[in-house]
Amino acid sequence: MQLSTKHLLGIKDLLPSDISLILSTAQQFKEVLQRPIKKVPSLRDVTIVNLFYENSTRTRISFELAEKRLSADTINFAASASSVSKGETLLDTVNNILSMKVDMVVMRHSASGAPHFLSKHLPDTAIVNAGDGINEHPTQALLDAFSITEKLGTLEGKKILLIGDIMHSRVALSNIYLLTKMGAEVMLSGPPTLMPKYMEAALGVKIEYNLKKALAWCDVANVLRIQLERQNQVLFSSLREYNRAYGVTSKLLSEIDKDIVIMHPGPINRGVEIDSDVADSKNSVILKQVENGVAVRMAVLYLLSGKKELSS
Amino acid sequence: MQVLLSPEQLDLTIKRLAYQLLENNENLSDIVIVGIQPRGVQISNRIVDFISEISAEKPSYGLLDITFYRDDIREELHIPKETTLTQSIEGKKVILIDDVLYTGRTIRAALDALQDFGRPQKVMLCVLVNRRFNRELPIQPDFYGIAIDTTASQKVKVDNEHNQVVLY
Repeated sequence: MQLSTKHLLGIKDLLPSDISLILSTAQQFKEVLQRPIKKVPSLRDVTIVNLFYENSTRTRISFELAEKRLSADTINFAASASSVSKGETLLDTVNNILSMKVDMVVMRHSASGAPHFLSKHLPDTAIVNAGDGINEHPTQALLDAFSITEKLGTLEGKKILLIGDIMHSRVALSNIYLLTKMGAEVMLSGPPTLMPKYMEAALGVKIEYNLKKALAWCDVANVLRIQLERQNQVLFSSLREYNRAYGVTSKLLSEIDKDIVIMHPGPINRGVEIDSDVADSKNSVILKQVENGVAVRMAVLYLLSGKKELSS
Repeated sequence: MQVLLSPEQLDLTIKRLAYQLLENNENLSDIVIVGIQPRGVQISNRIVDFISEISAEKPSYGLLDITFYRDDIREELHIPKETTLTQSIEGKKVILIDDVLYTGRTIRAALDALQDFGRPQKVMLCVLVNRRFNRELPIQPDFYGIAIDTTASQKVKVDNEHNQVVLY
């Protein structure tokens, strides 16, 4: 059994069987991470470059840790400290790195479709999308799914609510693809100005603008960050107003009186999309998500690395 | 197809191996029995069940998956099974149990994997079938059910459904 794809560009391209395979493999890697020595030799013949054209804390550290736990050699590249500022193109940069015998590329880029572009030019190198613009962030959706499964036992039939800046969130799109493929019900809630209305018909999700009603419906609430850096026009009047209308507060949750699993992909804007006491409550799995991220990324890298053809 | 161990013989062999493990390890609290995934597990389950039956205590027991330690990962991608070895093996006597010892590569991987769980005082190997020809590494069992001499084109299978061991 293996993945149906050579790259992980987005959840959109995966089959449900691929998703199940990644999640069940991640389960075994999670056990590896509990051992006295949290490292396996599986990828010791593999060199991976982490190309980060956009800032990141969690994802970059998580990928690097996953690579090291698999014994891969890693190179880190941050666009701000590289020859990109001298005008080198993406393809030139990557080809130069690959000529030094690199096997896999993990890439984050602010342009949607950047990893897809790369995969067309580099068919023999496994490319893992670590977030591209407002398109997808597949490993985040996978670790969210892993965390939900760990908490609730299954994805099938579960009601998942995504709250906030749906328009600019690659986490939202990857989550929608993944959850609908795995038989979960998805609802979106957020200000109409941040809600792509096509999604209801095109992706088979529900939209509910009243946050209280939406919360009363769901088993899991995944609270998304307001992506101010991607908004080039005024889409809501102030952060305070946003918090009053769409902030997840303990007051709101207590009125619903139902145990809802609280998730957030990070980084959190405390007091904007989520209040501190909710983010740190017993129903919150936010730090579990980060922990599971390493195991999920190990699974992705392990499963993609196995495709390499050996000439004997 | 040739039957190497009939259901009656297989039952007796499992019991003999259990007795041999007890005979050579006076103090059950010193040992950790480790079944190798996937096919060693049926055998190790039966041996551990029988040891629990004939001795007062239940031995410390866990399953070990060796997928991430294989040396053929670039030839074929294997999908990992569950590892349940959570107890410390530091300073313990570990008994590895597998169904068939053939090339020795699985045991090599298992020895590597064990190191990540601590430093055992001693590691022993117990297999149901010892295929003596075509070993590729210097690994031999401490305890075995039967020893057979076969060519590389033959296959040995522990048929758990019919409770027998066959050669075909």
